[in-house]
Amino acid sequence: MKRRDFIQLSGMGLGAVAGASIPILGHTTPIEQMLEPKADAAMKKKLADIALNAAQAKGATYTDVRIGRYLQQYLFTRETRVQNIVNAESYGVGIRVIANGTWGFAATSDVSNEGIAKCAETAVAIAKANAKIQTEPVILAPQKGVGEVAWKTPIQKNAFQIPIQDKIDLLMKVNSEAMKNGAGFVTSNLFFVNEQKYFASSDGSYIDQDIHRIWPNFNVTAVDRQAGKFKTRDGLGSPMGMGYEYLDGLASEKIAGPNGLVGYRNSYDMVEDVIAAAKQAKSKMTAKSVTPGKYDLVLDPNHLGLTIHESVGHPTELDRVLGYEANYAGTSFATLDKWKTKSFNYGSKEVNIIADKTQPHTLGTVGYDDEGVPCKEWDLIKDGILVNYQATRDQVNILGENASHGCCYADNWNSVQFQRMPNVSLRPGKEKLDVMEMIKGVEKGIYIIGRGSYSIDQQRYNFQFGGQLFYEIKNGEIVGMLDDIAYQSNTQEFWNSCVQICDKDDYRTFGSFFDGKGQPAQVSAVSHGSSSTRFNGVNIINTGRKIG
Amino acid sequence: MTILTKEEAKKIIDKVLAFSKADEMSVTLAGGRTGNIRYARNTVTTAGESYDLSLAVTSVYGKRSGTSTINEFDDASLEKTVRRAEEIAQLAPENPEYVPMLGPQNYVDTNTFSESTAKIDPDYRAKVAFDSIDPCKKKNLTAAGYLEDSTEFYAMGNSKGLFGYNKSTAIDFSVTVRSADGTGSGYVARDYNDVAKFNANTATEIAMQKAMASVNAKALEPGKYTVILEPTAALDLIQNMMRSIDSRSADEGRSFLSKKGGGTRLGEKLFDERVTIYSDPSHPEIPSAGFAIPGGRNGGASDGRTQEKVMWVEKGVVKNMAHSRYWAEKQGVKAVPPPSGFIMQGGTQSLAELIKGTEKGILVTRLWYIRAVDPQTLLYTGLTRDGTFYIEKGQIKFPVKNFRFNESPVIMLNNVEAMGIPSRVNGNMIPPLKIRDFTFTSLSDAV
Repeated sequence: MKRRDFIQLSGMGLGAVAGASIPILGHTTPIEQMLEPKADAAMKKKLADIALNAAQAKGATYTDVRIGRYLQQYLFTRETRVQNIVNAESYGVGIRVIANGTWGFAATSDVSNEGIAKCAETAVAIAKANAKIQTEPVILAPQKGVGEVAWKTPIQKNAFQIPIQDKIDLLMKVNSEAMKNGAGFVTSNLFFVNEQKYFASSDGSYIDQDIHRIWPNFNVTAVDRQAGKFKTRDGLGSPMGMGYEYLDGLASEKIAGPNGLVGYRNSYDMVEDVIAAAKQAKSKMTAKSVTPGKYDLVLDPNHLGLTIHESVGHPTELDRVLGYEANYAGTSFATLDKWKTKSFNYGSKEVNIIADKTQPHTLGTVGYDDEGVPCKEWDLIKDGILVNYQATRDQVNILGENASHGCCYADNWNSVQFQRMPNVSLRPGKEKLDVMEMIKGVEKGIYIIGRGSYSIDQQRYNFQFGGQLFYEIKNGEIVGMLDDIAYQSNTQEFWNSCVQICDKDDYRTFGSFFDGKGQPAQVSAVSHGSSSTRFNGVNIINTGRKIG
Repeated sequence: MTILTKEEAKKIIDKVLAFSKADEMSVTLAGGRTGNIRYARNTVTTAGESYDLSLAVTSVYGKRSGTSTINEFDDASLEKTVRRAEEIAQLAPENPEYVPMLGPQNYVDTNTFSESTAKIDPDYRAKVAFDSIDPCKKKNLTAAGYLEDSTEFYAMGNSKGLFGYNKSTAIDFSVTVRSADGTGSGYVARDYNDVAKFNANTATEIAMQKAMASVNAKALEPGKYTVILEPTAALDLIQNMMRSIDSRSADEGRSFLSKKGGGTRLGEKLFDERVTIYSDPSHPEIPSAGFAIPGGRNGGASDGRTQEKVMWVEKGVVKNMAHSRYWAEKQGVKAVPPPSGFIMQGGTQSLAELIKGTEKGILVTRLWYIRAVDPQTLLYTGLTRDGTFYIEKGQIKFPVKNFRFNESPVIMLNNVEAMGIPSRVNGNMIPPLKIRDFTFTSLSDAV
């Protein structure tokens, strides 16, 4: 059982997270109950003040309180049937304090005056106990109180209010179209998350936020029993910081690619995508096995996002750089001494990578982070040079800054907030360029679309990525599909091989809905924007094997 | 206290069952305490403790089912939860694959609970952190580690008379020790039901030795090497394979166990004849509940099926695959649930003896960031981490830089040279494995 319930995904064909498990926060709850509002902001302010006062009375020099309600609705289907529908709600309060220069944290589902006061006292007691073996007192960057404010994800349709039957109808349509178009099997899923978070701190902030996220996904499998072969293709939609309107499939948000391929910006046509997927999974059966060697790669935003996530997002997390994640996710090659030189060539001059929690429709975008810091945008890599990291209030002093980047997040009221990745995105190229034009310039290359297998070492040097679709480029033209492909590279070498980036009209965001970090593990959701990008001379390996 | 006794749990479950108006109903009641302490940079970073107790009701009408959960236990709340589950069930879509609930089962009693683990308190956790950090500090090394302990119970019952109860304890510990200059790194992980078997100091010592011995690693050319995988490294690949031993995907033609031309490879010799893998909830080193508990270490079915000794691979031959009850019924076979942990038989040699008997090879402590590359062949990629060493003429010669591998456990288990004495890793028993022609495809600068 451990601390959380999980839905095991092995055998569910959820390609993007295959073999992993999806955490369920809280307990299953009827949807009607989830739609009823809990305490209003005025009531939450009263409760928060109880915590702030109780902690201060016990000797806390800083306190923050998060009264959180976390709603999740997940649908799982395969072929003609619904496998599972999860409606879950988690409600409680987490209190974090500094006492004797040390963090303490406690959480409770007892959201009463007494429950909250007791919880605040426990947090102070834990801080004081840990202070005895603490060797690095907390230095908190100043944050002026923002008063009573509110922020909402600008959604058009609250996914939780859409009747469940509409969602089942959509997934059944997706599945039947997949089967009609040649799939042997299909699974499809919808994930909806709503975080209703109230934050208060002893700095004088009272922040009420309502955050929405959505992720539609499917996996089709084509099977040739005679040959003993099967091939899969996952959906090319992206998780977004949007409401149900993401599934409207607006034509205006489609980006035409070569060979009839379609890219989806801020609106997803799941049915159109699954029809293409079923046909493409069949085509993969007869695709040519790649000849290993060096190729120029044209990477679609729906693929490149994961490479950005793993090779730029994670290594520039300051807690990793400092060693706080050494026992789990690892440390980072992007060390402070490299950053201090102001000349560490992370990538070529084309490479400008920003961090932000402000881009519309993205997973990272909120008004304020989980320690009450207003969100912003800043540079991580400028003209190829490493210029900054992702940091929280207790870390920015290490960078010589006196304002937090706003990167603090907890995945639930009972999890302690810590440094999590903001959106990390590659700026589009300034010159007018679409992917068709880009491909015309490639002599020997591969065009890669979609998220596939991914693996990177614990300091983020060496990585290997697969994809969903691979097209061979010869003399400026796509000549057919390839298979058995993965590219292996080194982060710095790879980003220095970046030679060309399509313009802003090609820009889209990729997302990671369940990014894991920390012990005990917490999830977070984050987007990565980019336009199609060309990397020269990347090492391709052939992943085809024979068993038995 | 959130650990209910068997009698207390049964009383509540029976009371809830009495409220049922549905065709079938099942109730699960689970709770417990988990505590943890985390440290890094030789100092404690976070510590916490949490309690939970909740009851879930699943009501079924025909092939429609609904679940509702609650953490209040007065009669009115319990009845309300039952009514709610019934309402949800009546509105739910039909599940054509629904299989009626099981009747009473005979579960084997297993020894999964230890009083010493249940007694763990914040002081004990702080002492573990201190015992791990202190020796590192003294040798100018840096420790980052994590201890989590849990004391839990799980009870289930249904309207057909099934009842099961299990209480268990567990600890999971791991520490990564790094040299001050960041050029050496070592790791160790330990897990037990009974914390009395655990010594933070002794465990940390292993990670410290590896950190010191792995400083200034040399680069070897990637390629095919004879490797000795320590149990922690071997587990990752074999566990991935065991999770894929599923009959339905094999029957559907989309598994490494699917046969060309249709059918499955059940009964075929797929591995070296020395490979035998079974599960047994009564195994003294890795005891687990006599029935499948959902959301556990390896995730289990939640239908109350009996966990018993099952042979999965015997002398290289695939003997069993895991089934859902629906699929087993459709195929007319026994519905064997997936195991909660497995035991891979090994040999009689220690790790040191395996190294001694190796002319040329690589010792691998740990594998990392393992991801499936091709589900057809179970090809996985990942990297070595926290102590990789070159062996020549029976001796560890020098540390080597980490490698990326691309390898299938199916191919690997055909290339077995030798196996050592199994030990417990993450709830499984795994021997150190000596494997020839293990495929390293590139080098990594990561330490």
